[in-house]
Parts: sequence; structure tokens; C-alpha cells
Amino acid sequence: MKLSFQIAVRFLKSSLAQTLIIILGIGVGVSVQIFIGSLIFGLQNSLIETTIGNSPHITITSDSKEKTISDYEDIIKEAKASDVRVTEASPVFDAAALLEKDGESQSLLIRGFVFEQAEGIYKISDYLTEGSLPDQDNEVLLGAAAKKDFNLSLGDTITLITPDRRTVECKISGFFDYKVSQINKSWCVTTLKTAQNIFKADNVVSSIEFQVNRKNVFDADVIAGIMSRAVTSDSELVYTNWKEQNGQLLSGLQGQSISSLMIQVFVMISVSLGIASVLAITVMQKSRQVGILKAMGIQNGASSFIFLFEGLILGLFGAAAGVLLGLGLTFAFTQFAVKPDGSPVIALLIDPQFIVISGAIAVGACVLASMIPARKSSALNPIDIIRNG
Amino acid sequence: MDKILELKNINKIYGTAVKTQVLTDISTSFTDGSFNSIIGQSGSGKSTLMNIMGTLDTPTSGEVIVNGVNTSVMSASQLAKYRNQTIGFVFQFHYLLPEFTAIENVLMPYRIGHGKVTKEIMERARELMSIVGLEKVINNNATKMSGGQQQRTAIARALLNQPKLILADEPTGNLDSLSTETIYDLLRDINDRFKTTFIIITHDRKIAEKADRIIEIADGRINLDIMR
Repeated sequence: MKLSFQIAVRFLKSSLAQTLIIILGIGVGVSVQIFIGSLIFGLQNSLIETTIGNSPHITITSDSKEKTISDYEDIIKEAKASDVRVTEASPVFDAAALLEKDGESQSLLIRGFVFEQAEGIYKISDYLTEGSLPDQDNEVLLGAAAKKDFNLSLGDTITLITPDRRTVECKISGFFDYKVSQINKSWCVTTLKTAQNIFKADNVVSSIEFQVNRKNVFDADVIAGIMSRAVTSDSELVYTNWKEQNGQLLSGLQGQSISSLMIQVFVMISVSLGIASVLAITVMQKSRQVGILKAMGIQNGASSFIFLFEGLILGLFGAAAGVLLGLGLTFAFTQFAVKPDGSPVIALLIDPQFIVISGAIAVGACVLASMIPARKSSALNPIDIIRNG
Repeated sequence: MDKILELKNINKIYGTAVKTQVLTDISTSFTDGSFNSIIGQSGSGKSTLMNIMGTLDTPTSGEVIVNGVNTSVMSASQLAKYRNQTIGFVFQFHYLLPEFTAIENVLMPYRIGHGKVTKEIMERARELMSIVGLEKVINNNATKMSGGQQQRTAIARALLNQPKLILADEPTGNLDSLSTETIYDLLRDINDRFKTTFIIITHDRKIAEKADRIIEIADGRINLDIMR
């Protein structure tokens, strides 16, 4: 084994230029693999983050006549205890009202939050552009689009018209910008108490929203199931999760994963074929040496190991070169492919585990590819070399 | 004297559709410690005979018995081990491994057979290099030596495992006459010193005459067998 290894090293060293080109070839393959992987992971991650980062993963509503939930505090306790993966819970009172100013009106979604709990999901403070969170009764936050459309400013009083045609005056305590026009236009965020007061709904909520651990977002449906079995309320609760509501996004993500996998598989296949053919040629180049080693009594197994070791060495160096090249490429991408504000177009996700696996697959593919020349070497008959000079 | 090598009714036929009989019914034997030469025109079958004697090739029919062991019953792996321990080859085209230095080439048969090189073996390799007059170039790369130096390195390599039998195919085939003389004197000297059996194939009668026994092959048969 040791001799085979040393012969392999010498063979590779003796044609250094060829060896370096093969290593570069493997390296380029691995780097493409790593770059595409990081790009797709990053893309998926940012898509998921944008879609569900600041929204509930599981929502409990009621199917009762009133569509409200009164025992929400107990439900939250039970739901949070049902699964450790549930991280945030927030009761919400949602209802629609009309914003009217200077003869113009627009429908708003009044969202009443308990801020300490809602912050965990919506991180409202992070998105505030002006003012502060409502802390008095009848104080509200409006979105950047509503501010522009109605020419509003901090401290202004707005008139809300409820479905039962009552008017309520509210003071603007701040503006938020979620970078989503629908939210910026139609959300009117206030305290749970104010929302309940506006709609004369005493101590009830319209829904309870939950977030699960970021690692487990794709288990939201399973967790919702566990939750529904653990909660003992008789409020005719309905459990929905983000996966049900985002079928298209999910199939898009899945399609992306599959196409990324396809690209990676084909890159690896082409790299392996390249190595196999180059190593097959080296057997031809070294057939004289293999022949003389066999005449001197080297075993067929040991002569195969020379080429398996060549594959292994090329694979290891190639994978290392590929990882460096891939990380370099990724770094360059985040440096040069940037938006006007300097942030990368796509925040690439560098997953060490993925890099290690990519490298390992490359090494495995190289060893596998070297089986062909190894078998050739094993089958080589020294007499063919001796006889033909 | 014991027989180191015995050939019994060796026939070698090449080809399946068009059959060419290269060796016909060759039977002979070689005694331990003898210095033999095999001569013949090119195409007479002498190289084929050497390859069969060295177990690199197999006869179409007949038996090769080396040191009392019938080689036809041995597996490829047994034959490889056997070649490594019992036979040293010196080829016309030297066949050193160009990726290794002279001393590494000399050590190769031992490493193939035993793995790690011991101090004693290293000493023996150095001694052999000095016997062949190359003690100053042991660390030269095989490709950076003259033809004569390469051939002498190949001889040292053939001797390292102290084989009982050395088979040399035109060992001086592409060397000038001075080098040829030196190599033959060297082989004779080794034969005297270590009692190694030599079978040397050559087409040079002058060279062949230095041997104790001359076998002439013509058309795949033993034409002459002279003991001196």
C-alpha cells in the first residue's frame, strides 16, 4: 500500500503540468458546485425570509359564529407547551375599517397587537421609520404608502369608520415601512386594547399567531397538527400554516432545489468522466512502468492501488482547490454583484456542511473514476510491455 | 549440481486464426550457479523462450520447472511473488523507472516483496551500486544517466533480492563495445562471487563465447548445445 502510494505520488509529480491541469479541472467543477449551491441556498433562504420571516407560521382562528376567541391566553399556554419548536405566540385582533380624509377614503386592516408578544413575529420597532409604538389608547401606526397617499405626518389625527358606521378618532404615533406595498398601504397597527375598543369586542381576539424555530419552518404543518391535538379549547379552532397558504412558493422552492441538484450532479459526472479519461491515459503513459513493476513481481492489487491513490490525491487536492476557488468566487460575487446600497444582490449562504459534502463527493467521484484505470492497470500483462519494448 | 531451471517439451504458438509456432518442443535444463548464453538470429524465438523461463509468458504446452516448482500450477499472485524472490531480470531496454533515482530503482524489488527497506538492505543496495561502479551516482534520477549506467543500475536491481536466477535479454544490446565488455565482466564477476545462475540471451557470438554453455536456437528449436 505504502509503495503504491509512493509510486502514485512520483507518477503525479513526474508529469506535474498534467497533474496541475487535472487538479484545476476538478477544482473548477467543485467551485461551480459550491458557488451554485451557495447561490441557490442563499436565494431560497432570502425568499423564505422575505415570505415568512415577518409573518406567522401557524395561525389559529375560530370557526364559531362570532369568529372570535375568548380563551386565548389558555390556548397560547397550551400551544407553546405542546412543542418546543414553537418560539413565538401573539394574540391579534384584526378587523377592517375605512380611513377617511378630505373626502378620500381607503380600506384599512386594523391590527391590534400585544406589542411585547407581536414584536417576536413582526419586529415592528425595526421597521419604524418615524415615531414610536403606540402606548396610549387610540394611538396607531400607519405604513409609508398610507402616509404618502393621504399626506399624513406624525401626530396627525385620522378618522376611522367602522363597518357599523361609527367614527373613531385616532392619533398617529409613528410610521413603518415593511417594503411590501400592500402592507404599507393597508395596515393600521395599534394595541390590542384599542382595536378591541374600536370594534367593541371585549377581551376577545380574532386569531392567535405563532412562529416556529427558523430551522423548523418546513415542519410548520406537523407542528400545527401537534398543537391542535394538545390544545383543549372548545372555541371551534381552525389551524392554518404557511405551507398551506404558499403552495406555489413551496413548489417553486422544490423546483429550484431539484434543478440545483441536477446541475450539481451533472457537474460532478462531467468532472468524474474527465478524471476517468485522463487517468486512463496516464495508465497508457505509465504502462511501461507498470509492466516492469509487474515483471519485478508487484501484485495486481498493488498496481491497481497506484491509480486509486492517484485518483484520491487528485480528488483531495482538486476538492481543496475547488473549495478555495468556490469561496473566492462567492466572495467576489457578494463584493461585485451589489445593489446600489452596497448590499449583495443575493445574500449567498455559505453552509460549511454543504462545502464539506461537496468536497467529499468530489473525492469519492475521483476515486470511483480511478477504478477504470485501476482495473486496466491490474489487467495489464507485463509480457506485452516487455515484448513490444 | 542441482537443476535451477528445467524446461519440458515447451511449445509456443501465437495467433488463433493464423498460427505461428515460435518454439517447438524445447527441453533442456540449467544447473545451479552456471553461466549460460542463448544465441540465435532475431526471430528465432530466443526472447520468447526467455519470457517463458521468466514466467512472464506461458507456453502453449509444456512445463517450466524453476527450483523444483512447476510454474504452470501457480496463480498470477503466486507467480508475481515467485518472480520477485527467485528471478532477476535484466532487459535490453533497461526499463528503469524514470520517476525514481538510481538507488530507489535498485531497492524496488525489495520494496515490492517486503515493503519497508531495512538498514541492511540499504547497505546491500549501496554495495551493489559500488560493485557495478556507480556508487557516485546513486541519487541521480534514472533518466539522467548514460545507457551503460542505466544498464548497470538494472543489473544491481536484478541482484538486490539475491535471486537464484538472473535472466538477461540482450543486456548489452544497445551499448558500445567498451561498455559491453565491462558489463560482461561484471556479470561473470557476480556469477563467481554470488554463484547466481545466469542465462543471457544475445545475438553476439563473441559475447556468447564467454559463457560456460552456449545454446543456439534456430527456428524455435535447439540447434546447438555446447558445454565448455
